[in-house]
Amino acid sequence: MSENLIEVNNLTTSFKIGTKYFPAVDDVTFSIKPNEVLALVGESGSGKSATAFSLMGLHRKARIEGEVNFQGQNLLEQNEGKMNKIRGGDLAMIFQDPMTALNPLMKIKQQIVETLKIHNTKSKSDRDRYAVELLERVGIPRPDRVAEAYPHELSGGMRQRVVIAIAIANRPKLLIADEPTTALDVTIQAQILDLIRELQDDLNSGVLLITHDLGVVAEMADRVAVMYAGQIVEVAPVRELFKNPKHPYTRSLLNSLPSEDMLGKKLHVIQGVVPALNKMDRTGCRFAPRIPWISASAHEENPQLRKIADDHFVRCTCYKHFTLEDGSEPDVGVEEYQIETGVEGGSAR
Amino acid sequence: MWALRNTRLKQVSKEAAHDEPIGNQRSESPLPDQGGLFFNTVKDHVKAVDGVSISIPEGTTYGLVGESGSGKTTTGKAVMGLNPVTSGEIYFDGNKLNTKGKSVDVRDDIQMIFQDPYSSLNPRKRVFDIVAEPIKNYHKRSRSELVPEVLRLLEKVGLPPGSLYKYPHEFSGGQRQRIGVARAIALNPKLIIADEPVSALDVSVQAQVLNFMQDIQQDLNLTMMFIAHDLGVVRHMCKHIGIMYQGRLVEEGRAEDIFSNPQHIYTKRLIAAIPDTDVDEIESNLAMRRKVKEEYDQNFVDHLDEEGKAFPLQPVSETHRVALPVKG
Repeated sequence: MSENLIEVNNLTTSFKIGTKYFPAVDDVTFSIKPNEVLALVGESGSGKSATAFSLMGLHRKARIEGEVNFQGQNLLEQNEGKMNKIRGGDLAMIFQDPMTALNPLMKIKQQIVETLKIHNTKSKSDRDRYAVELLERVGIPRPDRVAEAYPHELSGGMRQRVVIAIAIANRPKLLIADEPTTALDVTIQAQILDLIRELQDDLNSGVLLITHDLGVVAEMADRVAVMYAGQIVEVAPVRELFKNPKHPYTRSLLNSLPSEDMLGKKLHVIQGVVPALNKMDRTGCRFAPRIPWISASAHEENPQLRKIADDHFVRCTCYKHFTLEDGSEPDVGVEEYQIETGVEGGSAR
Repeated sequence: MWALRNTRLKQVSKEAAHDEPIGNQRSESPLPDQGGLFFNTVKDHVKAVDGVSISIPEGTTYGLVGESGSGKTTTGKAVMGLNPVTSGEIYFDGNKLNTKGKSVDVRDDIQMIFQDPYSSLNPRKRVFDIVAEPIKNYHKRSRSELVPEVLRLLEKVGLPPGSLYKYPHEFSGGQRQRIGVARAIALNPKLIIADEPVSALDVSVQAQVLNFMQDIQQDLNLTMMFIAHDLGVVRHMCKHIGIMYQGRLVEEGRAEDIFSNPQHIYTKRLIAAIPDTDVDEIESNLAMRRKVKEEYDQNFVDHLDEEGKAFPLQPVSETHRVALPVKG
């Protein structure tokens, strides 16, 4: 058991709407070990990015409670100057949109050197050389030329690589990747994911990977946390989560993917939408309104994240009674689970 | 009956000088070499779409796949008449579309669904005005005639009548895409060009929109050109698929042909690059991807002619055509 790299305890991030604060991240607790990839999954509006931005201290106007322990200090208690030293140094972030994450008026090299300047004392020529090395590292052809270019001269994939180069410039201990490949083509996505994997091995860093692409999660993650309406509803090792998903939300998500078995059939649809921050019912199971055919007695009054197996946590008891709307079992995972645990339901086959 | 016959188009982009570096660039160059970045001087013309022939039988869905810059959107827009066509013909219902002078008016038969439901709807217009706009453009209708018509359309796409006087920001992503579809089917089109209609949506909402597009298609016997980069989605939606690379088709066939028997190295690479949710297969998928990548790096040049373009398509079976070099 190695030490945790980061421990997030009871993180609550509230935004002000009108005169009241509403929590977008609600009592979230998780930890990441060195060389571990934790994926944070959920629909837009579930609080994934808000969690990442809270760790980075990038929410200026939000009210943030809880603790984020990183290298022996609580990040939430650091002042702006201290945070500037940590951000981009041991704690770095790959932003979602490479079109807006770069400054359009600065040359690529300057943008990389800027991060280097804040965090170490290399000489100017060293920094320049290192910036070009970094570009080469992330697989950019002709890095010396790209270093002198402006962001608009590069394609989306190249820009995303530059964003990654900036993030890894100071060999971060923890890398937060917020939808790092959502804007990219599949072939480039595969390259970028390889790159993140490689860097993680090299630097022995932990990665918090935020994405809504379950394929990417299956490939990259060691553990997965599923978020819904600001809460973590299920945490499990990646294999367990895909083979034996428990929470109705996880199962519904997995079920709505187009797959070979679903050819010519209707895809599964989750009723309704993620509730708006200021219209959310904060008592009881938050997913209940989207599975109204499950009786109210199946839900807990005050759902807690409970351990159901080693490293597998689920919120609310409704998972025990979950079926699809037409009464059928969702066909994700369940079968495999029975075989794996040897419980074959008395069937002769 | 073929709704769209022998769509053959070739398009020259005049903005080549400051466009993405496409065409005769076999090596992966991150910067445009053409120069003339600020003075808008035309140094060279780039064929954004080059000799593409597609035909779509009535009532079916054709998937056009490729990475950004491959010319799939340009092809779609050329069919819509939004891009000029340099050479080639577009036939729709037996009529040639891109004739000079007397043009056959079939524009109301072809409609488009756009990628981003957040930016393709005018935020200052109400749902009624958005959906009624195409009808107003083609028919003379009074407001009192339009209201029931728009209500009928909203019902068809599953939006409550109360939406009529709401603004786009009051809807979720999936609902907005429904508004976009209501607008697209307002004129009873025969052909719909859907340009990445679900790329901006979450999986749960994506499932909703895909189901509902299939329903609408059956109801109205629509022919669809489905442009996307997500192969999983395309496979779910389309009977026939064409893979584009740098303005040309590299492979075309039934969905089964493409997915179980890909022939062109580029198609193989695309298929290998899709992340799979089957956790048992991850290692073998990654190994497969590496193998295909190696093969791609070694042999890709052989799959292109001297100009760095794909070869003309050749049939490998009755339903399956591939751009392989001519042997001998």
